[in-house]
Amino acid sequence: MAEREAEHSDDAAVINRAGVAALLQALVDSGHHLVGPTVRDGAIIYTDITGLTDLPQGWTDRQAGGSYRLERRGDAALFGYAATPQSWKRFLHLPTVRLWRAERTDDGFAISEAPEPARKIALIAARACDLQAIAIQDRVLQGGRYPDPGYAARRRDIFVVAVNCGSAGGTCFCVSMQTGPRVRSGFDLALTELIDGDRHEFLVEVGSPGGAALLAQLPRRRAGGDDVAAAAAVVARTAAAMGRAMPRPADVPALLRRNLEHPRWEAVADRCLSCANCTMVCPTCFCTSVEDTISLDGRTAERVQRWDSCFTMDFSHVHGGSVRASPRSRYRQWMTHKLSTWWEQFGTSGCVGCGRCITWCPVGIDITEEVAAIAASDGAGGARGTP
Amino acid sequence: MAARADGASAPFLPRIARVRSRRRETHDTWSLALDAAGMAGEPGQFNMLYAFGIGEIPVSVSSDAAATGPLVHTIRAVGAVSEALAALRPGAALGLRGPFGTTWPLAEAAGGDLVIVAGGLGLAPLRGAIRRALAERGRYGRIAVLYGTRSPADILYRSEVERWRRLDVEVAVTVDHADQRWHGNVGVVTKLIGRAGFAAAHATAFVCGPEIMMRFTASALEAAGIAPARIHLSLERNMKCAVGQCGRCQFGGSLICRDGAVMRYDRVRPLLTIREL
Repeated sequence: MAEREAEHSDDAAVINRAGVAALLQALVDSGHHLVGPTVRDGAIIYTDITGLTDLPQGWTDRQAGGSYRLERRGDAALFGYAATPQSWKRFLHLPTVRLWRAERTDDGFAISEAPEPARKIALIAARACDLQAIAIQDRVLQGGRYPDPGYAARRRDIFVVAVNCGSAGGTCFCVSMQTGPRVRSGFDLALTELIDGDRHEFLVEVGSPGGAALLAQLPRRRAGGDDVAAAAAVVARTAAAMGRAMPRPADVPALLRRNLEHPRWEAVADRCLSCANCTMVCPTCFCTSVEDTISLDGRTAERVQRWDSCFTMDFSHVHGGSVRASPRSRYRQWMTHKLSTWWEQFGTSGCVGCGRCITWCPVGIDITEEVAAIAASDGAGGARGTP
Repeated sequence: MAARADGASAPFLPRIARVRSRRRETHDTWSLALDAAGMAGEPGQFNMLYAFGIGEIPVSVSSDAAATGPLVHTIRAVGAVSEALAALRPGAALGLRGPFGTTWPLAEAAGGDLVIVAGGLGLAPLRGAIRRALAERGRYGRIAVLYGTRSPADILYRSEVERWRRLDVEVAVTVDHADQRWHGNVGVVTKLIGRAGFAAAHATAFVCGPEIMMRFTASALEAAGIAPARIHLSLERNMKCAVGQCGRCQFGGSLICRDGAVMRYDRVRPLLTIREL
């Protein structure tokens, strides 16, 4: 997949609903498993889909701190919703993955990799924040000295059909994080849904040679200047409607570094349940644990890697107890990692502004509000001590 | 697939090592000498050791890779995995990944005095560095080993520590709790710093022990005149992957498996005073 910036280029085209159906079918025909949005259990989730009829046509979501509700739209939009509860992380950085198996031998034991074959998947309707999240996980999981071979294998062959957001979700703040709502890179094709009266079309932009080849197979027409302008207006409207913003994101890493003893951490800990929801729904949170198990006959053993959360006590356990025993220290770890120390570790922010941590927090803690509170009394709690 | 010596192509896959010999150091601590072809580790680095079916833990290297002789790991049996590892008998197999992490900067220390301060099991990660320094004794000025431990019975590498005394090393040991036969120092290890003979302006310090001990030791070393950039600490956090991906060993902006465990005091000092970081 090419990393070049997409412009509203000459190769942009316009397709209709039938074109979207043909796009999905063409991906299936070329051996891809479709993973995309569908309505299930009162939410729009990313899961395996078979085609156009699985898409959440006419549905949207209403999101707020600690609240998510599906609602009917007044139109037949296919992509008229915001961030899903779970991100694409579930398909690339798997919730559980067996790393290896070991078997007893006469003189000890032998260990063998037991990789599950990577599926060739197509991500349908990935948003700008989603793609930025994947780019961030790429840095963490395959950008260092020891790339995760399983992640790299799953990641390598994905085909990305991106969607420019047609409306702002209730908890989004991608504009302030400069990650959306328009997709910039990391996709093969990008759609912008154009709905106006009886019109229901999609501007398609090309992000890779593979995307161009696929587009060439679809029933389409060449995009005109008015199509391109209409798509730009959709994105601009979404950006303008965004209700939340991270205050001065460029200053946040230093702000948090110098406020590790700020009283706000106590205040947020009074509300935080340490439930780990924010880390599970976050599209960039990558932390894992491993579990070693052994068969009842003692002959075989295996190691499984699982998503873990910095909100658990076990996460920071060393001989003698947990380093981060208080909810205050665990929330501080999560937020300072996401917004500040991630820069030092991986050269990027760990936040994409998708708002999932706000929506799925049972008590509606808002990361932008917590940053604003610390910024408003910068330095409260004193400078960091000396020995 | 040809694996690099450090397993970069299959970072999660342990290789098999075998116990060559096993030696009891204290009532709960054993040293394992391993046959681990091609797998070693520099002083300051660590390996991930796996006990079949039980689990895996990081254990620092206690040998000197530059010397002939096996890879040595010293293990205190305090949990399920460390108990299983410490109980392994000669010939037994274990899994090993590594080596990982940064090293004690011995080359940087050459030409000046070397001050080594250990607390408890913290002597284990320093043993390889001490052995290396003794093997190339002429490269350093004075060498001081200051070692604090709980009680006389908890002294690690007891005969070796005595041998160091005879090899032109200033060795001072202090215990928290003396017994009737102890006639040495009693008290915290920082009390030994003032009495140690070193020229601070050109001295380098290596410190390993409990975090609170390192914080006060580093502060005392700085007060004694050693520049913070020449004081090196070996930090500890929970660790699962050792390759910068499990997120558990974060210490502020550092990943201890990748940026440590040996880290410069001037870089971590502000974080050492933050509770529950």
